[in-house]
Amino acid sequence: MTNSPSITSPEAHGLARPRTRHFGSAAVWVLSAAIIGYALVFGGYMATIVAFALIYAVFVSGLNVFMGLTAQVSFGQSAFAAIGGYTSAVLTTTYEWAPLPGMVAGLVFALVAAFLIGFPTLRLKGHYLAMATLAIGLITYEIAVEWESVTQGYLGISGIPPLGIGPFEAVSDRAILAVLSVIVVILAFAVTRIRRSRLGRAFSAVAGSEEAASALGINVSRYKLVSFLIAAAIASLSGSLFVHVVGYVSPEVFGLHMVILAFTMVYIGGLGTVAGPLIGALIISILPEVFRGMKDYQDLAYGVTMILILIYAPKGIAGVADALDARRSA
Amino acid sequence: MTAAGTLEVAPPVLDVRGLTARYGHVEALRGVNLTAGRGELVAVLGPNGAGKSTLLRAIMGLIPNQGEVRFLDKSLPRRDPAGAANKGVVLVPEGRGIFGPMTVLENLELGAFAIGRDKAEIERRLNRVFELFPRVKERLKQVAGSMSGGEQQMVAVGRAMMSDPKVLLLDEPSLGLAPRVTGEILDTLGALSASGLPVVLVEQKAPLALKLACRAYLLSLGRIVATINPREVKSHDELAQYYFA
Repeated sequence: MTNSPSITSPEAHGLARPRTRHFGSAAVWVLSAAIIGYALVFGGYMATIVAFALIYAVFVSGLNVFMGLTAQVSFGQSAFAAIGGYTSAVLTTTYEWAPLPGMVAGLVFALVAAFLIGFPTLRLKGHYLAMATLAIGLITYEIAVEWESVTQGYLGISGIPPLGIGPFEAVSDRAILAVLSVIVVILAFAVTRIRRSRLGRAFSAVAGSEEAASALGINVSRYKLVSFLIAAAIASLSGSLFVHVVGYVSPEVFGLHMVILAFTMVYIGGLGTVAGPLIGALIISILPEVFRGMKDYQDLAYGVTMILILIYAPKGIAGVADALDARRSA
Repeated sequence: MTAAGTLEVAPPVLDVRGLTARYGHVEALRGVNLTAGRGELVAVLGPNGAGKSTLLRAIMGLIPNQGEVRFLDKSLPRRDPAGAANKGVVLVPEGRGIFGPMTVLENLELGAFAIGRDKAEIERRLNRVFELFPRVKERLKQVAGSMSGGEQQMVAVGRAMMSDPKVLLLDEPSLGLAPRVTGEILDTLGALSASGLPVVLVEQKAPLALKLACRAYLLSLGRIVATINPREVKSHDELAQYYFA
């Protein structure tokens, strides 16, 4: 296979290849790897915290596609995590499916639901879309509570088997961390590919100006729906991962708290960046542990830290790193 | 003042018939008729709030409308702006609609979105844009949002040309630009029109538009109140008469 230069690359028009330096982005990845590495080596409580952070990183990666790349707002992604989580839980406990087919089934259900929901709601914009999606999240929560014959209501479903394929089962903290880390890296790679693809360009155009994108022949409704479906699929995956890692699911897992936490992670990490979901999820998950020693003042310290980050890094931690790289490359 | 239709020199590529559009209860366009034929640059003039931008947005199908927009003798769907653009009706929106965080090259490539990955065709269209605006070629890797207003307008027109338009709609391309840059851009539009491309130019700076246009429509309160032959307008005072008539 030969690597012929792209005709439409800057080189084709007599421009030198832009020498982009990625020290800042690399620093964010190294920091994330160090935190995960620490948890892998020392295990214990820290491993549990980081495992939850990685599951959130998966969820936030989906939110980042819809919000960061396409500039749409959804408060209802928890609905798709719930669909994935409950589908996995029910199929692997009641029907004794293996985890992987259960996850795939959850993904299919989430995609069907996202298509049915997205088709009418994505005609809305801004606050209206935010309110509509919030309603979807709340409705899904109520269904999880009320549909007791399937979800067992507040009691929840327990005895969900661990992650695994064939004879391999991720039971230990380290195995779970390793599996989740691989999934997060694959997702980051996928988001990078999407960003650079024709699909990603269409998302960016929709994010920039829906009217200008339409005037260029980009079918705005279709690309918003595609973005919503990708986000829903990733949310469903995170829901399935959660139930297999914890072994238990109840409606509270997918409540409004999950959405608020995910929003905090995506903004602290860096909206629209590749590394943002991971570093955001790790920091937001670990900070409460860092401040635990401050007892009565820990919530205050946590809040002040959030405010300071948003003041000094309004584009998030990965956003600052990207900006530094861009400045060095200029 | 001449009745619309008597100045036609070529069969219309774009034929707008009885176009009406509303914003809520306000009727922003009232039965507008307009044509643009091969090689014609037609100007749409009028004061603020006359409905000039609304007219272009309605032609594209960006807002709900009634009436008919015929393009190459076929009706355009009423609410399908992407479909209209892919057929060859391309709008350079007011404020340019440049994607600021993207590079100039990425902006231009988005203009050719409909043809996918046909690199040879994209290259051909890029070279055409560079012939029209040589300055754009020097700025390919620059972030578009960091360019001057004039350069951004060149990118906006260049991006529209990347779509290989069959008719080009422009909404106030001179807005906020220095006279020299405005002249440069309008000269390019004149050249495009002379090469056969129908151009519909919405413009507040009527004297500039009338220099290029073969016909001008004067819009007031959503209605075409006059169709002007620029050759018959000898002075600013005469133009003012059209506005105040």
